[in-house]
Amino acid sequence: MHPAYSVILFTTASGAGYGLLALLGLGAALDVEFPQTYWFPLVALGLALGLITVGLLSSTFHLGHPERAWRAFSQWRSSWLSREGVAAVATYIPAGLFGLMWLGDWDGTMTWQSLGVLSAIGAAVTVWCTGMIYGSLTTIRQWNHPLVTPVYMVLAVSTGASLFCPLMAAFGAVQPWHIVMAAGAMGGAILMKCVYWWSIDREPRVLTIEAATGLGRRGVVRQLEAPHTQENFVQREMGYSIGRKHAKKLRAVCLVGGFGLATSLQALALLAQGPLQTGLLAASIAPAAVGVIVERWLFFAQAQHVVTLFYGKHFA
Amino acid sequence: MTSLPTAEERSGKKLGLVIDLDTCVGCHACAVSCKEWNTQGYSAPLTDVDAYGSDPLGAWLNRIHTYEVATVDDMPNRTVHFPRSCLHCEEPACVTVCPTGASYKRAEDGIVLVNPDTCIGCKLCSWACPYGAREYDPSHGVMKKCTLCVDRIYNEHLEPEARQPACVLACPAGARHYGDLGDPDSAVSKLVAQRDGYDLLPQSGYKPVNKYLPPRPRRTGVEDGAAAEPKVLEPIAKGDGSLSDRFFAWADQVLTR
Repeated sequence: MHPAYSVILFTTASGAGYGLLALLGLGAALDVEFPQTYWFPLVALGLALGLITVGLLSSTFHLGHPERAWRAFSQWRSSWLSREGVAAVATYIPAGLFGLMWLGDWDGTMTWQSLGVLSAIGAAVTVWCTGMIYGSLTTIRQWNHPLVTPVYMVLAVSTGASLFCPLMAAFGAVQPWHIVMAAGAMGGAILMKCVYWWSIDREPRVLTIEAATGLGRRGVVRQLEAPHTQENFVQREMGYSIGRKHAKKLRAVCLVGGFGLATSLQALALLAQGPLQTGLLAASIAPAAVGVIVERWLFFAQAQHVVTLFYGKHFA
Repeated sequence: MTSLPTAEERSGKKLGLVIDLDTCVGCHACAVSCKEWNTQGYSAPLTDVDAYGSDPLGAWLNRIHTYEVATVDDMPNRTVHFPRSCLHCEEPACVTVCPTGASYKRAEDGIVLVNPDTCIGCKLCSWACPYGAREYDPSHGVMKKCTLCVDRIYNEHLEPEARQPACVLACPAGARHYGDLGDPDSAVSKLVAQRDGYDLLPQSGYKPVNKYLPPRPRRTGVEDGAAAEPKVLEPIAKGDGSLSDRFFAWADQVLTR
């Protein structure tokens, strides 16, 4: 599948934004001691909603008719993409009220905590829908996998936590368990990604060009002549492929240089104090971002669509 | 509405095509006539970008592949021309994934269509289709697909015999058949039963309506009662070297000059 930059930016940025929003909302419900200044909600919630909004806007860039995007809220009965749109917009309501109450010094109240929980639920539902857009497609073996949606959820939480910890540290309110949670979520993401890659590499590849064309009972099939001289939309969109050699290297970049380095920096921050701790936590943002962007790029580039069989690929 | 019509809502009519892989000659006439009709019809415009340049791109609703099948028996390999277009599936995931309701399946005849006025061009339907039937039109910003010539088959301005998809009318080999595959007594249903017609990728669960007729087994000649050895023609009798023979040979030479 062609890795569209707008979709990669959307899923990673809004994923981190929803993760941060969910942590702030759950933190409110769990009586986490947030910094006692209105700068904290302004910066933290502003960052979360900003990332979500940038992501949502960028997702409209790849549309043929962005001005008709509002129509996408109508088919939530059947379409995961529509459900995602509805959930994304609906989440703004509790999240906005949660932020306004926080700024208006109504934090700590029951209503404020409930709005925090509702924001977290909205964030979780939205990311779940994002994952299911891909996970529900039976045409792509690497996507129609039970770990795809859970990985979207865990990466949203872990990238959100990678933002949450340095923000809390900058305001002097970070607790060791916050950092343990962030590193643990990232560790979980590494583990799930390893299992996922191991699984898709070993899955039997039952779909062949013979099965697709139905000509297999007559013998081995190969494409003699393509229908057209230049690549068409189907090949440009669905036929993108990446060499196994590069995929291996990029997986290593994602796991070691990305998530692994981020987790290590967070672990080191546990041992540090004051500005050094804040610095280490802030430094973990960059490798976390690199990790999740490379992960998302590979998620597209390594996905093999069934239609490529008609265009001469032997397996999908 | 991108929810599929329920069993009660469906009329039982399943309009579609039957494509004979035995007789298709791979001339692309169906694809060209499809493009010609649809660039002025329901899916209009169906323009190409850089049509005469080095890297043309454009939406076509019908594509013809050519495959070589290396046969398992002693017969030589064979070439199979393979037209590929929308199969108007009974359970099309391309419809249910659509977030706007632009993609829909008609209850009355099963045709799968895209409303070009409400499509946002998100391309998700093309990801959901295993058959590559949907092509994005970069010049129009919406998804295009086979309409089964919905603007021909019900068109009362056309002669009754012309109320068929353009590809079917254009096929010079008679390899494309159009009809109601929901009616077991229709000509197309009988053809499918008689020729062992099959679904593409039945494991996808989309239940395509269009059917493909497999290439017939090769004939060896033996089963027709003819000798397996090829017939050799009698050699033409050589001249006997007589005077008249030599005269005619000389005359032939002179006249040939």
